[in-house]
Amino acid sequence: MITEETVDHLGWLARIKLTEEQKEKFTDQLNSILGYFEKLDEVEADVPPTHHVLGLTNVFRDDVAGQSISQEEALGNAPKKERGYFKGPRIV
Amino acid sequence: MKEVIIGLEVHVQLNKLRSKLFCSCSTQYHDSEPDTHTCPVCLGLPGALPVTNGKAVDNAIKVALALNCNIEEWTMFYRKNYYYPDLVKGFQISQYDYPIATNGSISLDTEDGERAIRIKRVHMEEDPGRLVHVGTIDKSKYSLIDYNRSGVALLEVVTEPDLRTPKEARLFLNKLKNILEYLDVFDSSLEGSLRVDANVSIAGGKRAEIKNISSYKGVEKALLFEIVRQNNLVRRGVKVVQETRHFDEVRGITISLRTKEGEEDYRYFPEPDLVPITIRDRVDDIKKTLPELPDAKRQRFALQYGISDNHAKVLISELGLANFFETVATEVDANLSATWIADVLKGELNYRDLDISAFSPAHMVQILQMLKKDTITEKGAVQVIRTLLDEGGTPSEIVKRKGLLKIAADVSENAVFEVLAENPAAVQDYHDGKDEALNFLVGQVMKKTRGRADPRTVSKLLKEKLQNAPDNHREA
Ligand SMILES: [Zn+2]
Repeated sequence: MITEETVDHLGWLARIKLTEEQKEKFTDQLNSILGYFEKLDEVEADVPPTHHVLGLTNVFRDDVAGQSISQEEALGNAPKKERGYFKGPRIV
Repeated sequence: MKEVIIGLEVHVQLNKLRSKLFCSCSTQYHDSEPDTHTCPVCLGLPGALPVTNGKAVDNAIKVALALNCNIEEWTMFYRKNYYYPDLVKGFQISQYDYPIATNGSISLDTEDGERAIRIKRVHMEEDPGRLVHVGTIDKSKYSLIDYNRSGVALLEVVTEPDLRTPKEARLFLNKLKNILEYLDVFDSSLEGSLRVDANVSIAGGKRAEIKNISSYKGVEKALLFEIVRQNNLVRRGVKVVQETRHFDEVRGITISLRTKEGEEDYRYFPEPDLVPITIRDRVDDIKKTLPELPDAKRQRFALQYGISDNHAKVLISELGLANFFETVATEVDANLSATWIADVLKGELNYRDLDISAFSPAHMVQILQMLKKDTITEKGAVQVIRTLLDEGGTPSEIVKRKGLLKIAADVSENAVFEVLAENPAAVQDYHDGKDEALNFLVGQVMKKTRGRADPRTVSKLLKEKLQNAPDNHREA
């Protein structure tokens, strides 16, 4: 069961501010999604888990250093930058 | 003292690799401008696809084998979701349910003897970027981020809570570093190559997790601080709460991070962009490439060269030092080599904050040969070592320049005769049974020869002469 507190916490985890209306709406929606998933409980439990849908294993590259992009390109999409660094919010 | 329980999560960079874990950006960024070693993959740009560095997996298996771990049949990556500015994608590619290896151990030489420290698991993950705080972590207004480090292969080694003191924690890290350097997968001298999270609790109380300690000394300091803090709380009757704390290296204190994230909040799920890796079939080939590890080398040194375990322990503590010893020991007496390298040279190097590469094994051989041939004294040999480290040069040239050549026996003998003739009172005292008179006479001979005579030879010579010519004065 998903409560409004759970939704509130999820919002905090995703760094999204939710209004009271949104919290109510998402609580309903998430509960109905979870309801669909409960169908899975009806399946026999001895089915091996699917770890990957491609059925491939061991895809590797060699340890060779290649070309990186330039500092200007790297910072090209950054809304805030300073002295070649990305500028981000204070943490803690 | 209440029982202290410490567990470590050690993150080491597999920094001998040329490229990052999931992209081909170079790992050689240490002298570069920020954000110059990135690409769409390690910047987390939409649509970029990671591809695993095969050698990173091999190196991780090497480490797991050296830590006596059980290597799993296969392994896979997960996404660990959290929002933090050093993380480009909003998740870190890490491992969760199927780590590369579990259930290992490291044998640790503690104050109460050898003890096995159990390793819970070893797993691979990508390094986040580097945050530069403007001011201290709890006061800074914003952070600057350099993503050069983002995506470098990390290995996380998680111990069981088997450590009992901050000192043991440091010994454990030194041992781990030692093993990683023997395996040639890790260079500890590079900045940011090691970061530690330490869990600590006292007397069965709740544990605090100290995050992101970035130096070997820092771990011991952070733990010492944290133990005192928890002890003070308990003494005042305040319960220790389970929390995450940050170690402020500059101020030497830990501060609460007041995080609201729990383990389940990471919402781990399988990384859909990377396929599983079967590892068991690689293990046999990798096993064959494993070098001799520190513990085995320590045993062999004692056995093959007949040196003491204490010397062997010092010599294997760095691969360079161990190799240095073997080069020298094949040329001159092994025990003499062990003593002079482990006790003298190592001390002189530590004092100058140098490592063994600052000294030539050929020079050590020459010095020890001079000692063996008795052409320099032990004091002279120390002086040659110091001069080589401080000024450079060659042993023979330094011996000549500093007048360290031990003077010939007949010169010593002459000096002894002179001193006996010049100090009748002391000679009399000696015959009257005053032992300190002999010391005085030895001192006089050393003074006359400007320290180049061997005090033991002089003492022997003096005794001989005094006995052969008894009581000259009394007869006279
Ligand atoms: Zn990259």
